[in-house]
Amino acid sequence: MRQKAEKCVVTFRTTAGAMAMERACKAAGLPGRLIPVPRSVTAGCGLCWAAPPDGREALEELVMKKHLDVDGIYAIIL
Amino acid sequence: MIYLDNAATTRTRPPAVARAVLEALSSCGNCGRGAHQGALSAARTVYETREKIAALLGCPRADHVCFTPNSTQALNIAINGLLGPGDHILSTDLEHNSVLRPLYRLREAGAAVDFVPADGRGRLDYGGFERLLRPETKAVVCTHASNLTGDAVDIAWVGRFARDHGLLFLLDASQTAGVLPIDMTAMGVSVVCFTGHKSLMGPQGTGGLCLRESLEVRPFAVGGTGVQSYSETQPADYPTRLEAGTLNVHGLAGLSAALDFLSETGIETIRAHEDALARRFYEAVRDLPGVTVYGDFTAPLRAPIVALNIAGCDSAEVSDELAERFDIATRPGAHCAPRLHRALGTEDQGAVRFSWSCFNTEAETDAAAAAVRVLAREAAEG
Repeated sequence: MRQKAEKCVVTFRTTAGAMAMERACKAAGLPGRLIPVPRSVTAGCGLCWAAPPDGREALEELVMKKHLDVDGIYAIIL
Repeated sequence: MIYLDNAATTRTRPPAVARAVLEALSSCGNCGRGAHQGALSAARTVYETREKIAALLGCPRADHVCFTPNSTQALNIAINGLLGPGDHILSTDLEHNSVLRPLYRLREAGAAVDFVPADGRGRLDYGGFERLLRPETKAVVCTHASNLTGDAVDIAWVGRFARDHGLLFLLDASQTAGVLPIDMTAMGVSVVCFTGHKSLMGPQGTGGLCLRESLEVRPFAVGGTGVQSYSETQPADYPTRLEAGTLNVHGLAGLSAALDFLSETGIETIRAHEDALARRFYEAVRDLPGVTVYGDFTAPLRAPIVALNIAGCDSAEVSDELAERFDIATRPGAHCAPRLHRALGTEDQGAVRFSWSCFNTEAETDAAAAAVRVLAREAAEG
């Protein structure tokens, strides 16, 4: 298995919410990708956005600016 | 074949539609089920299609575009999910059975329904909306254009009426999405129900409903959604709330390609072409002896449809003659529009419906008019 590292993870209530996040992050040039939700995080949708740990502030700004429908934002070891 | 049955389904589609379906068939996984590339490809395809539909129909949010297999299911979801016993509902004589039968069933369950009448030419009596209004009226459910005559309803007017009286406005855009302008936000529409396989030129098995914000629609079906698996109830968030089960991703990929074609071509350009062909045909047949054309051609905006009869001939026989002798595809009979046929006095005879798409030509239109001329002459000669 891969070596674990801290990640900033954004969860969603719907797949559409995850798609909107991916679209917005790509347009804004923010790094990250959609991955299956790890068991340590509670989420409605099976997809979450995993970004580098220092990306949290930029992601929160994007969520506010684009009115993205997210469930939660977490810092976890993946 | 000269295909003039586009109000039933479009047969000629942009080539990109079939290519997109084929590509999706060999590449897409299941939307919302997993995070591998196949599943993500499917989810992206679906989401892009939501965005394109939202842009086309003026839906405020892409995640408020919910997909169904067709507009009948969308209408059933909207009507049964928002209305119930004790409600009074206004509709019109122009409706298709996809609106009428859910309303009739709701009436049996304890709702009250009134229909704004159409006159003998199929024109809607707009004064009927005010006359039929009651204190308990909750919604207007109506079509954007008759699937029989092509006559359009002034939905901006209906939207203002609904807003002024605090009513929901559920719109059946089966005949108009992709050909007539719709901006549900500006026009005060609460729900737009659409099908993908007519003027949107996508595959059959695609359709859906666009919702304004803050509507609480009771789900018609509940089940697998790929999200909130341990909840015993259907997730409350749109679009998942109304999308139990696997979506038709392959069909939606085709619809997405069709929406690109519409966007690149422009629905104004498409409407102008189709309208010109329908009016060309109307002008060629309207004065032929024995020919009766239904609908109001003085209106600037209408769906590209011409319905007619030849003398007292059975519409089924005329349509069959057109198909067998002239290789022209039309639709005879009742068109699932029983109230309008009664208003027009064509309940027994039915009518022969000609309907155009952007891929039809003037030559095809003239050939259809010439065929009607031949059949009208033969009918007159007995």
